[in-house]
Amino acid sequence: MEQEQQVGTVALKRGLAQMLKGGVIMDVVTAEQARIAEDAGAVAVMALERVPADIRVHGGVARMSDPEVILAIMDAVSIPVMAKCRIGHFVEAQILEALGVDYVDESEVLTPADEEHHVDKHAYKIPFVCGCRNLGEALRRIGEGAAMIRTKGEAGTGDVVEAVRHARSVLGDVRRLITMADAEVMAFAKEIQAPYELVKETKALGRLPVVNFAAGGIATPADAALMMQLGVDGVFVGSGIFKSGDPARRAKAIVEATTHFRDARLLAEVSRNLGEPMVGRSAASLSETEMLAGRGW
Amino acid sequence: MDLGVLALQGDFAEHAHALRRLGHNPVEVRLPRDLEGLAGLIIPGGESTTIGKLAVKYGLMQPLRVFAQTRPIWGTCAGAIFLSQDARRPQPLLGLMDITVARNAFGRQVDSFETDLDVPALAEVEAKTARGNGQPGPRPFHGIFIRAPLIERAGPGVEVLARLPGPGGGQGPIVAARQGRLLATAFHPELAADDRFHRLFVSLARGEV
Repeated sequence: MEQEQQVGTVALKRGLAQMLKGGVIMDVVTAEQARIAEDAGAVAVMALERVPADIRVHGGVARMSDPEVILAIMDAVSIPVMAKCRIGHFVEAQILEALGVDYVDESEVLTPADEEHHVDKHAYKIPFVCGCRNLGEALRRIGEGAAMIRTKGEAGTGDVVEAVRHARSVLGDVRRLITMADAEVMAFAKEIQAPYELVKETKALGRLPVVNFAAGGIATPADAALMMQLGVDGVFVGSGIFKSGDPARRAKAIVEATTHFRDARLLAEVSRNLGEPMVGRSAASLSETEMLAGRGW
Repeated sequence: MDLGVLALQGDFAEHAHALRRLGHNPVEVRLPRDLEGLAGLIIPGGESTTIGKLAVKYGLMQPLRVFAQTRPIWGTCAGAIFLSQDARRPQPLLGLMDITVARNAFGRQVDSFETDLDVPALAEVEAKTARGNGQPGPRPFHGIFIRAPLIERAGPGVEVLARLPGPGGGQGPIVAARQGRLLATAFHPELAADDRFHRLFVSLARGEV
């Protein structure tokens, strides 16, 4: 029997995201934090130099992290390690692939490098996750090769309202699409500016063709369960853990809430005594230029 | 038949779909009480550390070991690690199968791969149960290996079901094994459009093989 191995396939890229479902992906800035996240039951970590809340405070241009930071985190844990590149910065993506990270997040949290084009993600062996605010944006990213989608929310705020808005928009549009007559699909694709074939595929599947997590503002176990009940496949928690009073405890509680997201009695139990949550900033108080979710095209 | 899928974390929905395609009722298991009345259990792919920690926290370790005394359990990838006796690092394991696994044995995601596997036991189960609806005769099973483990050691009571090809056409590492009613695969049949491993598991639950 001929036994050839295929690598970097769509099935492998989308498949890794399927293994992360029902889990929590945590932002970490040091190997020590990565170990705390793994001990708490994170399914993956996002290796960063600064969490989004600090990127907001710091200002200036936010770029891919120093490879030294990423490599230290890759050495520290056995779970998958993700890292962010700037929107459209295909060389940062090449570098992350060369480092051997498990997933690249082409992220609006960093300062965009291209105000028109995203990275051509088909060209890489490693998978990409991208943010979206609506179904059209999600399907454009999948069209470019994203193997996983996350709703953007508003990173670094600790305010879940934007994550809810974006999840409701994506999932609501999928529900609308499912009930449409076939003849209406082309006009819908035009309206949401999405590739027609992917719109048809979404309609046939009754869901996005890739795994869809929530991100941007999740700070409590209740926030994580809220997003899960809305219908996402898992959650990213950025600043919400390591900007809180007791990161290890809060991290565990959010992991447990993501598994038992429909069990209100267990949610009450895991929400007890978690110490101070991150201080946060209401998304409504942000000026237009401070909103990160508008980045991406 | 009511068949459980451990739903602590991972791709349990894909296993549930496969079981439904075969006409069975998949039941999501998150707490010990969910195991009641099930004829078998699948432990899905996912992160074995996450699944193990949640199983310990919610009191599933002992109930799962008792479950395995009378009913089949099948672990895919993370599930296979969780069934093993030894994963060569400290993490919660059920220790039900006399196997040692190496986690992320092939490397990181960039080293994940797909390949066809020769699995003679699948042809046997199709012949025995006469329920196969695929083409007759031996045909390969498409293995999807994602940050996959491999089975480094299999004890005397463990039947090897599949190996990767070794260098120079020799025998490579073990990627599927069976010990009585316990089944471990390092790859993901739930992601392949091929239900033969799920049918093997159903046959185990029925006590046919």
